[in-house]
Amino acid sequence: MAFIPHTESEVAVMLAAIGVSSIDELFDEIPPSLRVRSLDGIPAALNEMEIGRLMSARAQCDGRPLSFIGAGAYEHHIPAAVWAVASRGEFYSAYTPYQAEASQGTLQVIYEYQTMIASLTGMDVANASLYDGASALAEACLMAVRANRKSQAQRVLMPASVHPHYRKVAITAAGNQAVSFEAVPFSQGEGRTTAAALAPFDGQDITALVIQQPNFFGVLEDVDALADWARARNIFVIACVNPTSLALLKPPGEWGAGGADIVVGEGQPLGVPLASGGPYFGFMTTRMAHVRQMPGRVVGRTVDVSGRDGFTLTLQAREQHIRRARATSNICTNQGLLVTAATIYMSLMGPAGLARVAAVSHARTSELIAALTRLPGVRAAFASPYFHETVLLLDRPVAPVLRALADRGILGGFDLAEHYRGLGHALLVCATETKTSADIERFANALGDLMEAARAA
Amino acid sequence: MAALREKVIFEYSRPGRAARDQWPAQISQGSPMPETLRRKSPPLLPEVGELEAVRHFTRLSQLNFSIDTHFYPLGSCTMKYNPKACNQYAMLPEFLGRHPLAPESHGQGVLACLFELQEMLKEVTGMREVSLSPMAGAHGEFAGVAMIRAYHRARGDLARDEIIVPEAAHGTNPATATMCGCSVREIRVAADGDIDIAALAAAVGPHTAGIMLTNPSTLGIFERRIEEVARIVHAAGGLLYYDGANLNAILGKVRPGDMDFDVIHMNLHKTFSTPHGGGGPGAGAVGVSARLAPFLPIPIVGRDAERYRWFAEAELPQSIGRLSAFMGNIGVLLRAYIYMRMLGRTGMSAVGDYATLNANYLLARLQQAGFEAAYPKRRASHEFIITLKREARELDVTAMDFAKRLLDHGFHAPTTYFPLIVPECLLIEPTETESPEILDAFAAAMASIEREAHEEPGFLKSAPHNMPVRRLDDVRAAKQLDLTWKPKAQA
Repeated sequence: MAFIPHTESEVAVMLAAIGVSSIDELFDEIPPSLRVRSLDGIPAALNEMEIGRLMSARAQCDGRPLSFIGAGAYEHHIPAAVWAVASRGEFYSAYTPYQAEASQGTLQVIYEYQTMIASLTGMDVANASLYDGASALAEACLMAVRANRKSQAQRVLMPASVHPHYRKVAITAAGNQAVSFEAVPFSQGEGRTTAAALAPFDGQDITALVIQQPNFFGVLEDVDALADWARARNIFVIACVNPTSLALLKPPGEWGAGGADIVVGEGQPLGVPLASGGPYFGFMTTRMAHVRQMPGRVVGRTVDVSGRDGFTLTLQAREQHIRRARATSNICTNQGLLVTAATIYMSLMGPAGLARVAAVSHARTSELIAALTRLPGVRAAFASPYFHETVLLLDRPVAPVLRALADRGILGGFDLAEHYRGLGHALLVCATETKTSADIERFANALGDLMEAARAA
Repeated sequence: MAALREKVIFEYSRPGRAARDQWPAQISQGSPMPETLRRKSPPLLPEVGELEAVRHFTRLSQLNFSIDTHFYPLGSCTMKYNPKACNQYAMLPEFLGRHPLAPESHGQGVLACLFELQEMLKEVTGMREVSLSPMAGAHGEFAGVAMIRAYHRARGDLARDEIIVPEAAHGTNPATATMCGCSVREIRVAADGDIDIAALAAAVGPHTAGIMLTNPSTLGIFERRIEEVARIVHAAGGLLYYDGANLNAILGKVRPGDMDFDVIHMNLHKTFSTPHGGGGPGAGAVGVSARLAPFLPIPIVGRDAERYRWFAEAELPQSIGRLSAFMGNIGVLLRAYIYMRMLGRTGMSAVGDYATLNANYLLARLQQAGFEAAYPKRRASHEFIITLKREARELDVTAMDFAKRLLDHGFHAPTTYFPLIVPECLLIEPTETESPEILDAFAAAMASIEREAHEEPGFLKSAPHNMPVRRLDDVRAAKQLDLTWKPKAQA
């Protein structure tokens, strides 16, 4: 029971060694008035067969619909080898690598990961990961406040084209430390941030500008112009990027004349299943000059006493277990297992394979846009370049259309009504390499039928 | 463990080699992307085949200790066995494939599990409401202290910006207080290991936002005067925060809610056996008393009749807000759910029983072998502290030397040099899933190291000897930063 191996006779021997007559006696320092009398709210135990049956039934409730939702989490093919290896007990059930000699596997994986993600983003150094993309962006804003010594204001420019959930997480995380976020509107026709929208902030003390690429609408921002605008004013550039896209798109390290200062993003597209939203991992990379302001764990290569290479956690003087109240963050975990999976994924795909995934995802999105905008009552919201996601405008409210599609086993995208009422009946759709022409046709036919039926009614 | 080493994966790269079977088929291009936005040179990713990658990462895994291969008596970390069923049933394809923004109609299965998990966590902790959204223990701590601040602010009590922590507290406690814009006041621990009540009474006042406590404390003993602590803090207008790191010790025995705590975070990767994964993912659900319920972080799962749904933000206007892009670490939550259902109500209190039995037995064995307990007059909870100050003084060997030599014996080191107030300490937590013969073997290894400390201290001080690497040069690691691999030409 409860994965406890003890036999009755062993328990008797153990109690005798301790010098007590019962296990209950071991709790004699707890005031009797506080002792639990029952746990009636906990159901009786299930054995493995019973829990298996229950979970399979629950899983079937959720089904396996055909999904065109993106909005920050993307369905990609995950090679079989990724989780076959990442699920090995030696990775899965290992502790945080504080004892370096007993953790060289995990430490070397992280070092390889840091190399890959730093190169993918065009930066010098990476940490070992943060909780997810949104919390990584929040940490980047706090880091910019520490690292940008030319700014006193603790003000961060946050474009409205940044993922709305990310913006909320940043407020939750940084709000208690007196960091303020100023909204920057997007151009209605282009769905992106323009120089005109930044003009009102000219001459003000601003700590950092967040640039999401592609932005929440899937639109590609004019990153060179935005980064140069910030650089000229001593404003830090925080890039928030999709890692798959970076196989094709200019890495933030090369944005404008000076590049970004801090880069973050959601690591989920790199071999991590959608799983209703987590666990994922947030990545963070930066310039060597700012490495001591970076939160989270960092792995370095060094030598042991016999002069051989080895890996260890380094720069720990930044962290909570050493600095306590003066740490760069309270974070102690990274998302080690997800980073392991992502490192295996990037190794299997290689530079050309990741570029193929990105190019095919982009091509499928073009195909999806063409198929859907052919329908009466559907048009593209923005005339801007995109990666693998875009906004469509319908001639009627989106929510009932999505419900009707879901009844047919199709998840037709993300309704923007809650977050962007001003856009009209706007629907965010995404296609990755996992979608076939037949899938796209099925979606287009279903949507066409529904719209036509609605018009007839 | 095979004493092998493994090249860095980039050293296996051959230009043009690739695992092409994993690639999608080429199709005609989409609309062209502007030239100015395109990448000019490829990123540094490995160019290897599938077999090279699988061998490389499998070999790396073999350089690790893990629960599946080794005993981890890590105090405060609760490294218990991670049942395989929890992994297998959380990874059913429907669960893995579900998009976080999929409609509730296509999520009744996962939502039912999460709702029931919330209910079970309320029951075992005695708290009124639970939110599952924090993604790690420290994230739960952040949520907890942020709720305490929000509570005081909502009442117009704006001066309360001080968090009290005992000097033995986890490092995350003061770091969290700072992240929430609070200052930290540390209070003394009395000689018997309990909080110094007079010091506490002198510390509380109109600036007190709350106190953060672990109970059993980080000293591995139950805070006997907890009811008095609660009375003093509440009378001063502060709230009580329970750091759930040591919840395993009291599972089914005593509940934080009954001890009058206002907020608790639970480390599901400790008490409820989700894997540590080499440093995450965790999950740090939070529970609260009635007065903090309006401030819980979103999202939270609710039930209307037989239908499960996420509470809308508008229904929780005082919430401290959103902590993650989506709904937290749901895959971890499912594993905890499966574990709790497999334990059931009797299994839950058996955890507290046997975790405590194992700790007290191992303490007794080590004391028989001549080791000194830090609090010999106190009952051990699920963990206990051995102090090696005598060995340090007489033999010039340290807790770190013992920790490193234990690796050679095939045991992960206990937690060392924490808590900071006990000199040369080892904080030892065996958990309930270890058999008595493992505990005996650990005690025997400690005794053999003690002999070595007398007979061959030089060998002990240069341990480990049988691991993939010897002691590493941490100073060089921090001074000559080598954080990414570089091709030979650039290195």
